[in-house]
Amino acid sequence: MVGLENWQIATPEMILAAGAMVLLMIGAFRGEKSVDLVAWLSVAVLIGAAVAVIFGTTGTAFAGLFLNTPFTMAMKVLSLLGSALAILMSASFMRREGAWRFEYPVIIVLATLGMMIMLSSADLMTLYVGLEMQSLALYVVAAFQRDNARSTEAGVKYFVLGAVASCMMLYGSSLVYGFAGTTNFAAIAKVFAAGAPPLGAVIGLVFILAGLVFKVSAVPFHMWTPDVYEGAPTPVTALFSVAPKIAALGLLVAIVMGPFRPLMAQSQQILIMVSVASMAWGAFAAIRQENIKRLMAYSSIGNMGYALLGLAAGTEEGIRAVVIYMIIYLAMSVGTFACILSMRRGGVSVERIADLAGLWRNHPRMALALLFFMFSMAGIPPLAGFFGKLNVFLAAINAGLFWASALGVAASVVAAYYYLRIIKVMFLDDPAAPFDAVEAPMGAVMAVMAVFVFPVFLVFQSPFLASAQAAAHAFFVR
Amino acid sequence: MIIQTIAFYAFAAVTLISAFMVIAARNPVHSVLYLILAFFNSAALFLLMGAEFIAMILVIVYVGAVAVLFLFVVMMLDINLAELRQGFLKYLPIGAAVGLVLFAELMLALGAWVVAPGAKGAIAANQAALAKTSNTAAIGKVLYTDYFFLFQASGIVLLVAMIGAIVLTLRQRAGVRRQKIGDQIARTREEAVTVVKVPVGGGI
Repeated sequence: MVGLENWQIATPEMILAAGAMVLLMIGAFRGEKSVDLVAWLSVAVLIGAAVAVIFGTTGTAFAGLFLNTPFTMAMKVLSLLGSALAILMSASFMRREGAWRFEYPVIIVLATLGMMIMLSSADLMTLYVGLEMQSLALYVVAAFQRDNARSTEAGVKYFVLGAVASCMMLYGSSLVYGFAGTTNFAAIAKVFAAGAPPLGAVIGLVFILAGLVFKVSAVPFHMWTPDVYEGAPTPVTALFSVAPKIAALGLLVAIVMGPFRPLMAQSQQILIMVSVASMAWGAFAAIRQENIKRLMAYSSIGNMGYALLGLAAGTEEGIRAVVIYMIIYLAMSVGTFACILSMRRGGVSVERIADLAGLWRNHPRMALALLFFMFSMAGIPPLAGFFGKLNVFLAAINAGLFWASALGVAASVVAAYYYLRIIKVMFLDDPAAPFDAVEAPMGAVMAVMAVFVFPVFLVFQSPFLASAQAAAHAFFVR
Repeated sequence: MIIQTIAFYAFAAVTLISAFMVIAARNPVHSVLYLILAFFNSAALFLLMGAEFIAMILVIVYVGAVAVLFLFVVMMLDINLAELRQGFLKYLPIGAAVGLVLFAELMLALGAWVVAPGAKGAIAANQAALAKTSNTAAIGKVLYTDYFFLFQASGIVLLVAMIGAIVLTLRQRAGVRRQKIGDQIARTREEAVTVVKVPVGGGI
């Protein structure tokens, strides 16, 4: 009976694991010509897992190592969607670059499996195993264009810095284990709630948070982001900017609100500092960027800052704001990357902002979509991004974080400058040579995401708000 | 008791010295050998703590597999460590300073060594099995039952590592001749042998 319950709760993970292995076999036996088949099947596996998550059950499994709550399920669905979209957007780019091999979608499925395990972790050991599974797979896809020096550099840089972050997290985990006597999240929460938490545990918490903050690429652990974003193949950058970010942020929320709930005062200090620094650095450092992939790196640093502000509030409202923010962030990021992937001249990808000059004349629909995404990222009403930021700031203000909110609003004004600069380049500058025709899948992704950002989110907010509410409520059930 | 203490300090001292020699040795092969020495002494330290399983694993996995692999890599790659170590002395003071500061901070913080009040109970709950059996048996009891999930997930991590290594390094070279066993077996006598009448004294 126990075995059956485990199966029920971890069905999506098993779908992914079994699916990845079957796909690997298909690829290995049918050779390189099976790559399209494997890619489509892996998208199907990811979608199937997402369906299984939606209809899944909550509860703990595997002797308390694995936990499903409405919150983890919401974040899992977002991560799965992000990965599936990334694979869909990869085909033409990777084929052009000669890196369209069947291992690519399989590794992304395995990375997603790692994200799911991370999100579902109810034990420090599960957390680490999931995190490593995700990270190892991502190091590989970052370096996937192995004959390209910059892609290789991105892979090595990500690997070395990621290994340092993992070490910090492991060291923190060992301290927490030493001071709490257990690695189980529920038991840790109970131990720390019993009395004033020992100093050593706080240090452990700091180390664990540092490791996780590295994964969401928030300041001061953001150094790798621009280089890895720029060097990695563009569809991989699109993947990096959504699925792992969502998973790591979900894990951060689960950690701060779960085992370390009794240490909320301490983690709040850290989170506020990280959040304000990320918002500010994401705004100021992006101003001088000429490469749109680097710009998106700084933009994602800033966006993570806003999301972390919701977590720093530590209230149900704050967590709800984080979930809503991640839904909107997924749409905006994927849409923007669909535009970036369509920036091709004569079959060669270009990635300077100046290449977008006069896009409005040459490709009005793409320019319009990018306009929506940029306005939304800048947080201009009535686009979706505005509501994301609004919810976060409202939650922060209600939790008494006035200074952090004020600084966040100021940072978003600064950030609006570079988003608006892209719009200015697209609409007002003299047209550059036109891009190649937008491919059908990219056009579809762009259109869907743009319509979601405005007006779908504006009109049909309630189901998103309701599911975010349900997700956030999971931490406040007693 | 006194013998245990002496043994502990002896093994700990050798571990530290050999760890230092790993980074100080001129010859990379010597570095790896010092690393193996450090592993052996750490295993001895684990034995002193009563963790015989981890001690044996350390010897088998780290000495038997990892260190030997290192040794092969070092010997085969012919890395010029002198070149790698160019800035070593220059950066030594600042590295040492950072290390010292971190060490001092951790000492200050962990000096107030107070374990959370509930921790005793949590530790006791974990160690129920240990009182009765050896720790190899205790690990065996939980590894494939309570920690089955982690065991499987670690397997997938290794699978990812394997796929990654192959993807990033395997290159299909053109013009490689491979053995085709099917073709070899399918050969008939007629394809392989011809009978030639050789005239006497003529040669072929």
